[in-house]
Amino acid sequence: MIRAIRACKTAAEERAVVRKECAAIRAAINENDHDYRHRNLAKLMFIHMLGYPTHFGQMECLKLIASAGFPEKRIGYLGLMLLLDERQEVLMLVTNSLKQDLNHSNQYIVGLALCALGNISSAEMARDLAPDVERLLQFRDPNTRKKAALCSIRIIKKVPDLAENFMYPASSLLKEKHHGVLITGVQLCTDLCKVSSEALEYFRENCIEGLVKTLRDIANSPYSPEYDMAGITDPFLHIRLLKLLRLLGQGDADASDCMTDILAQVASRTESNKNAGNAILYECVQTIMSIEDNGGLRVLAINILGRFLSNRDNNIRYVGLNMLMKAIVVDAKAIQRHRATILECVKDSDASIQKRALELVYLLVNESNVKPLTKELIEYLEVSDQEFKGDITAKICSLIEKFSPEKIWYIDQMLKVLSEAGNFVKDEVWHALIVVISNASDLHGYTVRALYRAFRASTEQESLVRVAVWCIGEYGDMLVNNVGMLDIEEPITVTESDAVDAIEVAIKHHRLDLTTKAMALIALFKLSTRFPACSERIKDIIFQNKRSLVLELQQRSIEFNCILQKYQNIRSALVERMPVLDEATLSGRKAGSLATTVSTSTIAPCNLPNGVAEPAAAPIGDLLDLSSDDVPAPISSGGDFLQDLLAIDLSPASAPSSGTSLPPKAGTDVLLDLLSIGTPSPGESSPSALDMSSSTQDNKALLANLNGLASLSLLPANATSPESSAGAMGLLDVFDPNPQKRDENGPAYPSIVAYESNSLRMTFNFSKQPGDPQTTFIQATFTNRSPNVYDDFLFQAAVPKFLQLQLDPASSNILPASGNGSITQNLKVTNTQHGKKPLAMRIRIAYKVNDEDVLEQGQINNFPSDL
Amino acid sequence: MCFEKVIRELGGVILSRGPKLCNFVDWRGFKVVYKRYASLYFCMCIDQDDNELEVLEIIHHFVEILDRYFGSVCELDLIFNFHKAYYILDELLLAGELQESSKKTVARLIAAQVFCLMEPCCFNGFTFQ
Repeated sequence: MIRAIRACKTAAEERAVVRKECAAIRAAINENDHDYRHRNLAKLMFIHMLGYPTHFGQMECLKLIASAGFPEKRIGYLGLMLLLDERQEVLMLVTNSLKQDLNHSNQYIVGLALCALGNISSAEMARDLAPDVERLLQFRDPNTRKKAALCSIRIIKKVPDLAENFMYPASSLLKEKHHGVLITGVQLCTDLCKVSSEALEYFRENCIEGLVKTLRDIANSPYSPEYDMAGITDPFLHIRLLKLLRLLGQGDADASDCMTDILAQVASRTESNKNAGNAILYECVQTIMSIEDNGGLRVLAINILGRFLSNRDNNIRYVGLNMLMKAIVVDAKAIQRHRATILECVKDSDASIQKRALELVYLLVNESNVKPLTKELIEYLEVSDQEFKGDITAKICSLIEKFSPEKIWYIDQMLKVLSEAGNFVKDEVWHALIVVISNASDLHGYTVRALYRAFRASTEQESLVRVAVWCIGEYGDMLVNNVGMLDIEEPITVTESDAVDAIEVAIKHHRLDLTTKAMALIALFKLSTRFPACSERIKDIIFQNKRSLVLELQQRSIEFNCILQKYQNIRSALVERMPVLDEATLSGRKAGSLATTVSTSTIAPCNLPNGVAEPAAAPIGDLLDLSSDDVPAPISSGGDFLQDLLAIDLSPASAPSSGTSLPPKAGTDVLLDLLSIGTPSPGESSPSALDMSSSTQDNKALLANLNGLASLSLLPANATSPESSAGAMGLLDVFDPNPQKRDENGPAYPSIVAYESNSLRMTFNFSKQPGDPQTTFIQATFTNRSPNVYDDFLFQAAVPKFLQLQLDPASSNILPASGNGSITQNLKVTNTQHGKKPLAMRIRIAYKVNDEDVLEQGQINNFPSDL
Repeated sequence: MCFEKVIRELGGVILSRGPKLCNFVDWRGFKVVYKRYASLYFCMCIDQDDNELEVLEIIHHFVEILDRYFGSVCELDLIFNFHKAYYILDELLLAGELQESSKKTVARLIAAQVFCLMEPCCFNGFTFQ
């Protein structure tokens, strides 16, 4: 049959042959044909190896195993191991046969059973058959003993509780002379130590001397033809012993002492010109590095490592790098010496070696060597392969971020990386760069000029273009007037029109994507105030995009246009320089998961004019009406985080209509306020900031803050805060309707009326601990709106599974009438999906009035969405 | 993961490696050690903390035993006698660990079992030294 299959020229032919054979086999099985049974099973196994389904053969295996003859059993077990695995239920049926075979008088049959059990047994089978296997550990035949030992390994891996039973028999195996039994015995002890600490203690106390002696004997033994490999007697045994010694010596000084001599001997006398010797040295070095400190040995080990690293054989270098990674934990200084070699390895043509070397370099970096190492890595970035670029870029970026000694260096390096491999740079990285830039106010001029130069050089790397465009938009005036020149800079003349040119390129270039173009549009808008001379030209460019087929661009350009034409008075306030972005917030945000799924909570007022369609449609509709005619009605869903810019544009539209002027462009002050609310903001007015974007990345929210003046939510026409005087509040008054809620320690939340009926009102006051955003403390206050007193007042609450609720006892259970008093009760809610799902709660309130029981139930949906 | 998918994926990874590169590949969190003998690749998948150089030795050990058994083994031997190759493997590795470091012993065991096969019914096994 095999010949027939191999003779097939096409896959279809092969399938046909296989199908025919399968049919024949199935027929034979059904007829219970005994003669060709094992031939058929062999065929079936081959077919299985080719990848075809063969489950109909599984019962055949079982039948063969159950039959009496050795040949049948043998092929049956092989079939079992090939065609089945531990997840199949059919396997359970074999347990009985296995039990009988384990007790068979023919040792080879016992061996077959042990083999099958050791390779594919499940946990139940292991438990059932463990006593038999244990008994076999002392069988007369050494071959059976060794199989039993390995089988036990699987058993204890599957059922760790049984480990203690195997401890004593295992230790007696260690005293054997037969190499096979010794190897397997040592392996069994090793696994026992991994699984059970009791076993570890036992072996540590009783067996170390024996093991050391065995290792010594083996190392010193004369030539033995049976076990010799490349001049070393039984390297496998060496290695197993070393492994076990490692486990026993780890963390225990006495044990480690016993081993030092033999380890020194092995390390210094093993020949390393063949693979077997190197394997032993590798294991030996690992052992030395893991056990308790011994200066001399460590030096020996590091020397060996050094030799490995400079070996020409790739395998050895790989292994050396691996070892170094583990050794670095123990002795970092010694590793630094090898820095140059490791850097060489990063440039190696072998991908496995490159990867390891790169990881090592990453571990090696500290404050003192970060500059030269980064320089080397960036140089390498230029010549590395495409597949590898992504990895290297990520590593370089995180190195720069962690260790950067000064801002200017940071910015320089990031610029280089962006120019070289910007397309591989992740969003968080360039967002962080923007944050740093905005924080380094003295470097603004320098940065924008450098970016301008880089941008003129090439527009290939998308992230570079984005950062450049943002900076030019923000700091365009510095660019043109050469503000803040540093000594190291060369003078550069950039006219306003050059700057506008640059951005125009960004808009028009066909390869750049939506985000970049959108950013470019707003940058232009910013420039329209900073460069009044170019205002007309900018207007034209923006105008050109009015008919863009991309909704985002169209929307923006129309709005900007609108502002440019009709609302000149607020334009400058709108595009004031961005406040310094809060770095702490950024890192906090990166750490926590402030994912910004669009909240569809019923805090309808504030949300999401953009990016979230349905629930917010109504208020938005209003706003859209207020704004100028040519704003397109449909709200784009999905799309860009920078869409929240829309928010700004709409609200000022409503401002003029109510006639209130915007607050004196307190400009920076007010915007600085913005900053303090940059984080999960207080007030219903701005949970939006985070929710606004339709994407779920935190960084997008950050940028939403950044580029938006954004957290400026849209104050809906039905503004909730009575404090705000005029109807549609001025743009910049929006946030913080309840200033006293602002809490020095952590973000503050407004209280809500959680439940209200004709007879009862329940309000919730929220607070959070500053470091713990997931847990909210709620103080519930109940007031009685009726003229009757309520007795036996009981409040109960239920929360969905992702929340945890703790209720403290209430202050009392009598609620005086007509609001003459109140009951308070504290709750603590922990939101395991903080940031992703808002709080929700169902409540039941029971009380007695005039001796009648009343039950009120409700659901609270108006939690602030960022709790 | 299903058997043939594994093979296909690994096959792709290993076959695309050049000759001078090292014999270890990282794959799905495991390490795969492979060694090439003429047109055959022997691959072993191991954990992160196993000794790769030793595994190379194990592969070589296996190949030498096969060679001794089949007499100058070639690919066709393995294809047409895959069940015998498996029997040998079963004497060498069990539960993922090495069973016997002596080629002579393995050969003896295989021979003994062949002898068993020739008998039509089971019998109390002799202990072969």
